[in-house]
Amino acid sequence: MSSSLTNFGYQQKELPVKVRNIGLALLLIGLVLAVIGYFVEPVRSMFNNIILLTFIISIGLGSLFFVALEYVTGAIWSVPFRRVMEFLAATLLIVPIIALPLLFNLHDIFHWTHPEVMKTDKLLAGKAPYLNEEFFIVRFLVFAALWILFYYAITLTSKKQDSTKETKLTRRNIKISAVFIPVFALTVSFTAIDWLMTLEPHWFSTIYGVYYFSGTVLAALAAGTYAIVSLNEKGYLLKGLDKDHYYSLGALLFAFVNFWAYIAFSQFLLIWYANLPEETIWFLQRWDGSWKYISILLMIVQFLVPYFGLLSQPSKKDGKKLKFFAVWILAAHYIDLYWLAMPTFSKEGFVLGWIELAYPILAVGIVVLVFSLKSKKSNFVAIGDPKLKRGIEFKL
Amino acid sequence: MSEKKLYSYTALFNTPDEIIHAVEKVSEKGYKNYDVNTPYPVHGMDGAMKLPPSKLGYIALVLGLSGMMAGLLMTYWMSAIDYPINIGGKPIFSFPAYIPIIFEITVLFAAVGTVLAMLLFFFKLPNNSHPLHGTNYMKAVSSDKFGISIQVDDKLFVKEEVINLFKELGSTEINPVYYDEVEINYKNKIFEPKFIMFLVVAFILTSGATYVTLNKLMFMVPFDWMSNQEKVIPQSKSMFYSDGFGMRTPVEGTIARGHIPYPYKGDLEAASAMPNPLLPTKENMKLGQQKYDTFCSLCHGYHGEGDSRLRGQFPNPPSLHSEKVRNWSDGSIYHVIMEGQNIMPAYSSQLTNDEKWAVILHLRALQRSLNAKETDLQ
Repeated sequence: MSSSLTNFGYQQKELPVKVRNIGLALLLIGLVLAVIGYFVEPVRSMFNNIILLTFIISIGLGSLFFVALEYVTGAIWSVPFRRVMEFLAATLLIVPIIALPLLFNLHDIFHWTHPEVMKTDKLLAGKAPYLNEEFFIVRFLVFAALWILFYYAITLTSKKQDSTKETKLTRRNIKISAVFIPVFALTVSFTAIDWLMTLEPHWFSTIYGVYYFSGTVLAALAAGTYAIVSLNEKGYLLKGLDKDHYYSLGALLFAFVNFWAYIAFSQFLLIWYANLPEETIWFLQRWDGSWKYISILLMIVQFLVPYFGLLSQPSKKDGKKLKFFAVWILAAHYIDLYWLAMPTFSKEGFVLGWIELAYPILAVGIVVLVFSLKSKKSNFVAIGDPKLKRGIEFKL
Repeated sequence: MSEKKLYSYTALFNTPDEIIHAVEKVSEKGYKNYDVNTPYPVHGMDGAMKLPPSKLGYIALVLGLSGMMAGLLMTYWMSAIDYPINIGGKPIFSFPAYIPIIFEITVLFAAVGTVLAMLLFFFKLPNNSHPLHGTNYMKAVSSDKFGISIQVDDKLFVKEEVINLFKELGSTEINPVYYDEVEINYKNKIFEPKFIMFLVVAFILTSGATYVTLNKLMFMVPFDWMSNQEKVIPQSKSMFYSDGFGMRTPVEGTIARGHIPYPYKGDLEAASAMPNPLLPTKENMKLGQQKYDTFCSLCHGYHGEGDSRLRGQFPNPPSLHSEKVRNWSDGSIYHVIMEGQNIMPAYSSQLTNDEKWAVILHLRALQRSLNAKETDLQ
């Protein structure tokens, strides 16, 4: 058997250096601005840092979830570009570094980190066993360690298969993925609760974790879709990836746009119906002053536009449209996180300055740089996967 | 069977790959009026047949949007116009509460409407015959063969060419299909009176059955347990009490709320010492005048001069402006109102305590109007 036949004619190509340089440049610009921002307005910077952290977790963890989901469900259509999602999941490795400045500034961000408040406030005193700095940091470190552990467990096995082509490696990854999915469910919920919900320690919503989960998967899918379609157009992936694969990606994006809206509306409807002051305060804050415009914008940007944009069948098969809506949805997810975190910092109305712009630049820089570094000297396609042939021939 | 006409030429293939290949060739040749029959949906067939995207999606979109509007109007009309109920202090038209309902109706309209549109317009439902029905070809493609049928009405149809094409493609069986023009009616039967009558009858039957089921068979008496309770009602019999009456007399010494028993019964002397507790305010004067006009003026006259309005049907009383009455204390007048005098009946139950005193205030004012004091003129 010739090697070209077993590898489905896959020719290893490396991303141009330009991509890495763009990533590096964005990262540096964002980093410099963020550092300056930290010295000018530390608290505001830290709130932006939370958005950045949760955004990167969204992309990294969501991508790893997508990979695990493929293994557990035995999906075939996504095998030809699973490796792309694995590269994106590598952003999880950066998560502890992004969280580092936050861990040193918890006092400025979280109301519950002040012991005198925790003693006097009866409601918070009841939450003290969970909401304390030591447990918070331990939680975060355990979560990050778990993510990185599962990231390496899954991707290293997958990479090993490129050369050995053993079927048992797929079986091993299925087992790892099956363990990872409940771990993912718990960690993603508690991450949302820890980093975003406890910004308002009195307030709680039982659906909050699911809300963040819907955004997480949506963001990871969008990032993956953009990367997959771009790489396929440039010929980095195998030939034969076609409209049916695009359609599946588009349909998943469309499904998760709906899922996000469904969860967001469920959260709103229950709180609105019950009309309890301790619950409605959170939405009232986001309807106060100029925050109202961000709330309305979010409904339009993260639901209505992508919904109608991706509704028709041809638009899901159109690479150009898919790329456009992928970028659009990533931006929408960033606005979503901004909407979740920032009202605690500025209650009167939304703030938009150079600090708010620095962090998205930093986020894009991180993702692009990590992606280009990870993909270096590595196959863009899991050429050893036993399902690959069927994956390429996948027809709807 | 001479009246039977040629409908099409059919060819059978053994595998899905063969049929896909055959269909690609047929559509390449430029044939338009042909159809493919397979025992199960073959992936990529619409691509091979070069079929345009189905129009059904647009129908679903339009129906879904109509459902959305219908849901919006329905929820609005029901809860904001027809039966507005205040729920938890929320606005009568609370849009967020209606979104789930609107969503459900959107889905219902789109789903049911799309299926009906598919059956009636795309499948031409009431038409139940097709030239391919009952042929050996149809029997074969219903079990394990893959067939293609090129119709005679195709512009490019030439019998020999079609047969040759099928042979080239490696078909195992090539057969013509004939049909009887009387049996096969291409016209859509949806607007035929017969079919419309069927719809009408079906509508009447289902709605009638629904009505009978819901309103007759499953009818339940409306909830009335609150009006029919196990409790004693006045004027009703009661087995509980020995005298059999439901209504009970109050316990000895019970006093009605706001009622003060009159302590000077038959004792004018003692009653005359009572002072008038009311001040001659504007409200009290007005109340006194109103009550005097209602209860006293019939006999005593509007101005207390004894000019009865009863035209002699009842003896006229003496004037209230007499020196005797003027010199009476307020308590004495109160006593007379309470107990009556001569043929004047008691007004104890017609007027409340305050009203009686207010009437006395008014009476004093009437007396002063005819017998003013020196000081009144200054």
